[in-house]
Amino acid sequence: MPPNDETPVPLAIVNKPTPHDSAHLHVRGAAAYIDDIREPEGTLHIAPGLSNVARGRIIKLDLDAVRRAPGVVAVLTARDVPGKNDTSAAFGDDPLFADGDVVFHGQVMFIVVAISRDIARRATRLANVEIAAEPPLLTIDDAIAADAKVLPDYDFGRGDVNAAIAAASRRLAGQLNIGGQEHFYLEGQAALAIPGEAGEMHVHTSTQDPTEVQHIVARVLAMPDAFVTAETRRMGGAFGGKESQAAQTAALAALAARVTGRPCKLRLDRDDDFVMTGKRHDFRADWRVGFNDDGVIEAYDVMLNARCGCSVDLSPGVVDRAMFHAANAYFLPTVAVATRRLKTNTVSATAFRGFGGPQGMLAIEHVMDAIAHETSRDPLDVRKANLYRPGGDLTPYGMKVEDPDVLVDLIERLEKTSDYRARRAAIAAENAGNPIIRRGIALTPIQFGISFTLIHMNQAGALVHVYQDGSVHLNHGGTEMGQGLFTKVAQVVAEEFGIPLDWVRITATNTAKVPNASPTAASSGSDLNGMAAQIAASAIKERMIAFAMEEYGVARDLVAFRDGVVFIGNTSLSFPELAKKCRQARVQLSHAGFYKTPLIEWDRAARKGRPFLYFAYGASCAQVAVDTLTGEMKVERVDILHDVGRSLNPALDKGQIEGGFVQGMGWLTTEELVFDDKGRLTTHAPSTYKIPVASDVPADLRCDLLESPNRVATIYRSKAVGEPPLMLPISVYSAVLDALHSIAPGRFVPLDAPATPERILMAAQALAGA
Amino acid sequence: MTRRSSIRFIFRGAPVEIFDAPPRETLLDWLRVQKRATGTKEGCADGDCGACTVVLARIREGQLVHEPVNACILLLGQADGAEVLTVEDLADGSTPHPLQDAMVRHHASQCGFCTPGIVMSLFALQHDGARPVTRDDVCDQLAGNLCRCTGYRPIVDAALEVCAAPVEDQFNRAEKSRRVAIEALADGVDVMVGDASAFFAAPASEDAFAALYADHPDALIVSGATDVGLWITKGLRDPRKIIWTGRIAGFDAMDRGVEGLSLMAGVRLDKAAPALAAVHADLGEIMRRFGSTQVRASGTVGGSIANGSPIGDLAPCLIALGGRVELRKGNSARELPLEDFFIAYRKQDRAPGEFVRRLTVPALAPSSAFRAFKISKRFDEDISAVLGAFHLMLDGRRVAAARIAYGGMAGTPARAPRTEAACVGLDLDAESTWSVALDALAADYAPLSDMRASSAYRSLVARNLLRKAFMEIGGADIEKTRLARRGWAHAAE
Repeated sequence: MPPNDETPVPLAIVNKPTPHDSAHLHVRGAAAYIDDIREPEGTLHIAPGLSNVARGRIIKLDLDAVRRAPGVVAVLTARDVPGKNDTSAAFGDDPLFADGDVVFHGQVMFIVVAISRDIARRATRLANVEIAAEPPLLTIDDAIAADAKVLPDYDFGRGDVNAAIAAASRRLAGQLNIGGQEHFYLEGQAALAIPGEAGEMHVHTSTQDPTEVQHIVARVLAMPDAFVTAETRRMGGAFGGKESQAAQTAALAALAARVTGRPCKLRLDRDDDFVMTGKRHDFRADWRVGFNDDGVIEAYDVMLNARCGCSVDLSPGVVDRAMFHAANAYFLPTVAVATRRLKTNTVSATAFRGFGGPQGMLAIEHVMDAIAHETSRDPLDVRKANLYRPGGDLTPYGMKVEDPDVLVDLIERLEKTSDYRARRAAIAAENAGNPIIRRGIALTPIQFGISFTLIHMNQAGALVHVYQDGSVHLNHGGTEMGQGLFTKVAQVVAEEFGIPLDWVRITATNTAKVPNASPTAASSGSDLNGMAAQIAASAIKERMIAFAMEEYGVARDLVAFRDGVVFIGNTSLSFPELAKKCRQARVQLSHAGFYKTPLIEWDRAARKGRPFLYFAYGASCAQVAVDTLTGEMKVERVDILHDVGRSLNPALDKGQIEGGFVQGMGWLTTEELVFDDKGRLTTHAPSTYKIPVASDVPADLRCDLLESPNRVATIYRSKAVGEPPLMLPISVYSAVLDALHSIAPGRFVPLDAPATPERILMAAQALAGA
Repeated sequence: MTRRSSIRFIFRGAPVEIFDAPPRETLLDWLRVQKRATGTKEGCADGDCGACTVVLARIREGQLVHEPVNACILLLGQADGAEVLTVEDLADGSTPHPLQDAMVRHHASQCGFCTPGIVMSLFALQHDGARPVTRDDVCDQLAGNLCRCTGYRPIVDAALEVCAAPVEDQFNRAEKSRRVAIEALADGVDVMVGDASAFFAAPASEDAFAALYADHPDALIVSGATDVGLWITKGLRDPRKIIWTGRIAGFDAMDRGVEGLSLMAGVRLDKAAPALAAVHADLGEIMRRFGSTQVRASGTVGGSIANGSPIGDLAPCLIALGGRVELRKGNSARELPLEDFFIAYRKQDRAPGEFVRRLTVPALAPSSAFRAFKISKRFDEDISAVLGAFHLMLDGRRVAAARIAYGGMAGTPARAPRTEAACVGLDLDAESTWSVALDALAADYAPLSDMRASSAYRSLVARNLLRKAFMEIGGADIEKTRLARRGWAHAAE
């Protein structure tokens, strides 16, 4: 497909670095999150009572003392659920309350509803609970040994990988442990449920998926969906952690509101949030690779063992996406990608920015480093030699990569602008004279597939009203979690109507306005909702044009919308004036737009299709310094070049790229989830779980956008940008490996993720020792 | 009036007087629940994320200062005598504060939840930070403010832009009247809110404190509440009697003489930092990384010691330097070497009714050398996996005697007696003579494994830190022994 730029006129609103629509409210503390909404009179507060055992059977749940505590209004358990005691999307295995069995440490057994949050929390401690504990399955090894799985194994590939590896001139094999990650959205899970008449329930919920919250609340309450409204103005961060995981909090609030008849709020304490809600999957990649003397891969065989935790949740999609990204940007002539979806007595792993992609990618990037080491070639040369290329453009799942030249060019540019070769030489010279502080550099690419791999989710709705004063009400199924989706979609609508951005009023996502929406996930927010909103606005605009043509007797091409003015032949009137005239002429000024992504298909059973509409590309170059006496590591410089298509908003896109980079850097460096041998998460607060702080970000951070129109017809030819940047900091991890291997050239040791000071020191020790 | 039965502070420009708050009420709950002032957020209730940061303006040594604190773990009574400023106070009517304006222009908020806390931390820096404000200064100021969205770069850029300009805002313009209002609160009397069975007390003199604590040995002494706050928000403890040391006249006195440094227990960590840095640059770096700006603005040196944490960063440093602690009960006082104060895990040599009064740190002798290194998963705002402090008394190129202490290696901060003995006679120029001392560490410590580090890592890194200390004291180029962070450059002696 050739490059294509079909937008004829200069853009007035789209492609401009407009600030986030709520930025002026954020900085004043005036943006309301769930806990900031003024509570209706008589609002009650909820605190959960959690299992302190990872696996066992509840033999006593004596809550009398809890009920007697002053200020407690109700204490609820599984018995109080009128509908289905389940908050799962599909598999029926995520109980709202543990009922009989507990399957992870931190599972909700009961809730206390009280006149204050403090009273509710303190009352939970009065419960008299006995659980007959059983030995839990905690690790990937435990689950493999017990053959415990949440779902059957699944694989795809091409050719006879055993034969190809055997035939290759060089071979390597290894194992890489990849840690999980806590979302640490700054606003914890929260919901406020307000009961209405005749069983209606209005739920303010901090979720990426109001439609799912609506559906699950209705199911828990045994009510039709139409009785439940879920509303989300904004989230204080989500990152995938409020896709499926918000449902339980919302359902508990709604249940309490139903039982007490009063508004009820649940805002999780941070430590409870840590132990109760799901995280990024940890993986173990068992890999083998065959390659030639130039480091070109002939065959790759990988088993991705995913710790899914106690239930299915979103693991099918997550683990499948790990498979789709097991090749990253590389052509693997013969390949086998297999997976195990392992069941453990740990909190169910869930969506997290990248959705399995990061784990699949990290494994192959690790393999690239291993090959480079084995062949004594520059790791960047090995990577470049393996990129998709004409004639070598088929993914392991059979989809053709139509534009591999984009990434090839992008890497070439970054290699130059980052001065990669000269710096590599300088670092080598410096390391030679420095036994303790070692530096390393790496340049790594990403290729991330855009679309939900569950095809039916690739749909979106938007509702646009033009009022008689020319102001515009915008609503769509996407949710705002900080990424700037609301701003981008408003830009699209303002551009369509040719009006200033601030004439468009952005409103809270609400299941009563746009039904049956998909979660805001898979980086799809602006691709889907931007299109739906443009379709809605365009339909209204067409009616306004038709009216103007008839009223003024001009041809269609003589009607133009620009700068808040509508030009009609030789006359013009303001957009508000035209809106008023349209209303008086009985022209409908409201439209519900709907969009579904074209071209995509995926037949999971047949293992073929085109699961992605397109790929987003990027690369980064990181330089690190490692203290080989302590394992401490400092990122010294980062250069990023990331493909955003034609950006809807370069400032917001840059925010996604830099923010995603730092979040991914945390995943690969300081963020370590530690479970003890009883299955208790011991890193359950920011005191022990360390996300990056300001000083972890290199002062020398150079982030550029590769702005070239998407070759497929997305909204204004933009590209999705939410998840892909999270994988850019694989360059940091690779640079650490590079620094370590300067200790003992010719030897290779693996480095599990996250590369904490401890892991780095132990690897340095292994290299120096033997 | 010799006693006051209320807490008083300035809020939204007017004095507030509270007579009936529960002793454990936090400032954040008072703001959000009582006043419905929801601009200030609760992110963790742990004192780690900074979303709840507010500024307490006070007069310290004649200066109007703006101290950022974590409202989530600050007791309401600790605001006594201050002007409490929250994010809602900053805009001047409909005109945003210059800092707020810069944050918007730099795209420095995404989800916006951390933003109020970040704005308040930067407000304090803008007003009180030494000029010029550097990127490192901004990062230090923000070490206790977590942002999960932006990657910080735009926040730091906004801060640098604002701090490069002269401060011109409504707070500056009203400085005189604000001072008057704050000074009007300083009545110098004992505060006692509640009754003998449950109270928040803030005595105004050390004698009154000693007498009150002798009468109520079951009371909980609070200095900064940077740990006690968590006993309440996370441990759900309900302390009935709380004595806050923050109003005791002279309890934050600091004295630097030729003999060394004397720190009264109430010296806040931010005030102690430059004095400790003057003892040795490594102590300055340890203090820079101690908690966060918010924690150092509230926490005290006495609290850090009395708390008895096995991983508190101050204790091992002071033990290695030969620090002593003075305790007082009623009218009697005693002094002991700091290492003797720590008996066992969370158990100190402190009798009922007795409190930590003062710490003394002898000056380093000219023939002595000192090094201290903190090891943690994350550089800033993290609890040490291991902290090693090394004090070598030299005879030429040989070690005549050593005082070595570690945090994180045992149930208490502890000396390494076998290692110290093995250091005697060690030749800094002959690495082969070091191994006896390095090997002896294994006999001194049997560290635990926990979420911060494994036992094996702690042992290995403890050994390597000692080796690094020998190398550096022996003359190794510090540029080749440390990662290039601010700190190393001026850590060289």
